[in-house]
Amino acid sequence: MDLTLTAAEAAFCDEVAGWLAANVPDEPLPSMDTAAGFERHREWERRLAADRWSVVSWPEEFGGRDLGLVEWLLFEEEYYRAGAPGRVNTNGISLLGPTVFAFGTRAQQERFLPPMARGDEIWAQAWSEPGAGSDLAAISCRARRDGAWFVLDGQKTWCSRGGFADWYFGLFRTDPDAERHRGLSYLLVPRDTEGLTVREVSRLDGDPAFAELFFEGARVHESNLLGDENDGWGVAMRTASSERGLNLRAPGRFTAAADRLVDLYRREADQAAGADHAVRRDAVVRAWIGAQAYRQYTWQTAGRLVGGATIGAEASLNKIFWSELDVAIHETALALLGDRAEIGEGDPTAVDAGAWLDGYEFALAGPIYAGTNEIQRNVVAERMLGLPRR
Amino acid sequence: MDFTFSDDQELFRSTVRDLLADRCPPSVVRAAWDDPDGSPSPVWAPLADMGVVGLLAPESAGGLGMDEVDLVLLLEETGRAALPDPLVEHSAVAVPALRDVGGPHGLLEAAASGDRFVGVGLDGATHVLGVDRADALILQHGGELHLVTVDRFSVTPVRSVDGTRRLAAVEWSPGPDSRLVSGDAATSAVALAFDRGALGTAAQLVGLGRAMIDLTVGYVGEREQFGKPVGSYQAVKHHLANALLEVEFAAPLVYAAAWAVANDTPDRSRDVSMAKATASDAARTAARTALQCHGAIGYTVEYDLHMWMKRAWALAAAWGHAEWHRERVSHSLGLAPDNVPADRNQREQTT
Repeated sequence: MDLTLTAAEAAFCDEVAGWLAANVPDEPLPSMDTAAGFERHREWERRLAADRWSVVSWPEEFGGRDLGLVEWLLFEEEYYRAGAPGRVNTNGISLLGPTVFAFGTRAQQERFLPPMARGDEIWAQAWSEPGAGSDLAAISCRARRDGAWFVLDGQKTWCSRGGFADWYFGLFRTDPDAERHRGLSYLLVPRDTEGLTVREVSRLDGDPAFAELFFEGARVHESNLLGDENDGWGVAMRTASSERGLNLRAPGRFTAAADRLVDLYRREADQAAGADHAVRRDAVVRAWIGAQAYRQYTWQTAGRLVGGATIGAEASLNKIFWSELDVAIHETALALLGDRAEIGEGDPTAVDAGAWLDGYEFALAGPIYAGTNEIQRNVVAERMLGLPRR
Repeated sequence: MDFTFSDDQELFRSTVRDLLADRCPPSVVRAAWDDPDGSPSPVWAPLADMGVVGLLAPESAGGLGMDEVDLVLLLEETGRAALPDPLVEHSAVAVPALRDVGGPHGLLEAAASGDRFVGVGLDGATHVLGVDRADALILQHGGELHLVTVDRFSVTPVRSVDGTRRLAAVEWSPGPDSRLVSGDAATSAVALAFDRGALGTAAQLVGLGRAMIDLTVGYVGEREQFGKPVGSYQAVKHHLANALLEVEFAAPLVYAAAWAVANDTPDRSRDVSMAKATASDAARTAARTALQCHGAIGYTVEYDLHMWMKRAWALAAAWGHAEWHRERVSHSLGLAPDNVPADRNQREQTT
């Protein structure tokens, strides 16, 4: 155990911080969940990619720097500390990317990974359906074989930034007679597919961040099948493991948010009408410690992964922790704001330009997406603790 | 950045775990409750033979010359077993204090071998643990540490909720011949002793939490109601998942704090406080969860759970409770205007 950075690691952090200081926009970008903001964020992805910072852990041939897990975590810490823009292609680079490395053919890797790394093709997930949320294996969206093509019929929903994305990835039922976890295939679907209609749905914060996808005889070529036909469940679980595990939410995001919360307390505590300082302070420190706990837990996990271990059901524990931590950080911040908590983005008097209310609304989605926390608790209880399934 | 324990450290942990499973089963903990003399448990000597008791002493004094990173997993295991001996006070606090500041000839060696027991009483604690077996106590007097031999103090026993914890209020008079260290050296020795005690206790709390979850998982997997195991119901599953969540996220804070103490980092005290606060809360959650999921059987002294639960309550409050430690973190972040009161009497730290 050595919890200091090596000279090489420290130099890497300096290099990242230096690049970010010179390149992070002074003004926050408009919300990536609007059409205009989405394109501004795409430009930022291209800026990152131009200097090979968009996918640092990927092999160099696909636009990365071939860096290890430790460096990736350090990169994320620097990234969020610098207040750099949110990553509009997270679904691609953090979730689909690792899945393509694991299951894609060489041709698929060459076709999909470089434009993903460059921000030229931005991806959205297409998992949920009106009748299949937590119970993902209940999906009914069909993909019928027709020679070298799949013909898609059905509906997907809660597709984040689906109104602006270039590509979608998701599960479709290719064998309706098979047992429900079988007979599913993992398909990559271009936005401009004929027979695909996209309808935007406004999210809790009012941004048109969701989309519904309607497939009516939409044809997708078999070169867009990831993994084996009828074997998509296992491929999807790889993506889900990325989503709940380390890839989606590096600790840097939360340690930076907790640092901003501490800063907010310093600025606002005296003004919060009627605030009991000791109680407020305890909540702030509790959240700050939570972020540190997530950080140390992640370093512990990283050590195991580097040592050759794999993450299983622990990913579910991880997902519960960060999603609830995110809510706690933002709830605590809003409590500090007193009656200004309701004043959000767009009002000139909003504290920190409304970032806390905005962040709170975003955080509230965390315990729901990537598999609700209730499902994750079941997974933890059954697979980590060994409690009986029924 | 390397957050891994070495193979040797992991092996040492499993060796100690096996020893405790064999020589410190619940019946030994129960026997310690009933022992009026507070004498060493039957596993104290084997732990000393294995080097655990004197682990932090240098090899020249019969110790292993290791550090807190080596010790932390072993302390966690002693928590898991609810070891009735006051190992933290002796091995994690007194032994390294004697190592660092010196002491009477031969005492460090005798403490490292487990032949003599040295307890600890710092300001802010209303009582001292393990006095009825102590040959000497390291006691704080203002800005000094004193080594007070058994003939120089008198005790008034104090009854703990945990029958294995032999507490007493200690009366003694400092003298020049009892002074161990004074001045700036004493200030840092006191601070270090406190951090070591809080760290060791936090490690035991993690082990206690794990043990209570394991015990409960076993029980709810067998106990049937409405025709199936109660552990198959989501309400029970979610209680236990939540308890596991707290314990699993407390553990790395404790390991990081062990590293901070071993390397005396600038953030040492803050890291220890994060560990103790989080481990205290986690163990209390595990205790509450374990009791609730057991139902009435857990609410008896015939069943073993109560010994783990009461230890968790005691240790969560000892060496600074969660709120006190969070307040210390808030000071380190510059959030509170006043200094943390030197008096660690937790009862006064509620607001």
